[in-house]
Amino acid sequence: METIQKKVGEDVNSELALVQAAKKGDLEAFSELVKRYDRNIFRIAQHITHNEEDAQDVVQDAFLKAYQNLEQFQGNSKFYTWLVRIAVNEALMKLRRRRSDKTVSIDEDVETEEGSMPREVADWGPNPEQLYGQSELGDILKKTIQGLPPGFRTVFVLRDVEGLSTEETAEMLGLSIPAVKSRLLRARLQLRERLAKYFKSKRSGDGQP
Amino acid sequence: MNCKDFLKELTDYLDGTISVNVRAELEEHLIWCRDCHVVMNTTKKTIEIYRDNRLYELPEQLRSQLQQAIMNKCKASKQTRKSSS
Repeated sequence: METIQKKVGEDVNSELALVQAAKKGDLEAFSELVKRYDRNIFRIAQHITHNEEDAQDVVQDAFLKAYQNLEQFQGNSKFYTWLVRIAVNEALMKLRRRRSDKTVSIDEDVETEEGSMPREVADWGPNPEQLYGQSELGDILKKTIQGLPPGFRTVFVLRDVEGLSTEETAEMLGLSIPAVKSRLLRARLQLRERLAKYFKSKRSGDGQP
Repeated sequence: MNCKDFLKELTDYLDGTISVNVRAELEEHLIWCRDCHVVMNTTKKTIEIYRDNRLYELPEQLRSQLQQAIMNKCKASKQTRKSSS
């Protein structure tokens, strides 16, 4: 445990050192930060925008904005938390532009009751993902998560795909902890409900052994 | 605990952040409620499937192009700032 904590501490320290060097104009140091987080930012951006071109723009714009505003980064939170916050805002802006008739925000569809009470209660087989080939499974998972409101899928991606804590997610999205928990529950339940049609066991519910 | 209470606690239960007492109540509910048992198992599976099958990995070639583009923009922005100060 001590070793793990020490390693985390070292990572944060080296990250802080890179940020400090970048603030003083060291482009190499900033390039290290780009290499460290570009994959994560791309995944998050692609999940929010559903569009590869937009996701590429978000990656570039988010890092450029972070570089130009490094002076404003106080070091109270982790650099990555601050960077994701910038990237999420950029991605939501892209989405807004594509759907110019709608307001897209992290608060969207909060009042919906869909998925708050499960309707689908048939069990799934032991390894339901093995029913499909890798690329077909990928398509199913993409299609399913794209159907969630942006606010729900952003919380799900940060918490369950990227493995960030509830506290970090709340800070990144400017939400309260109960708000993150409530969106996460609804996102998980809605995804479960929608995936059931692909994964539920054909034999369950028919009363046969 | 009824099914509605179970749903309220589901996220904390799956994340392992539930208190010992509530956990005991929830597990007792799961013993006799088949529907909630299925909801719990399939929700857990939903999370695992998304976590284990990461979508949208950045291809290496595109990654180097993006890194190059980012660093070029940062360099240009640094020079603009220098010349304007």
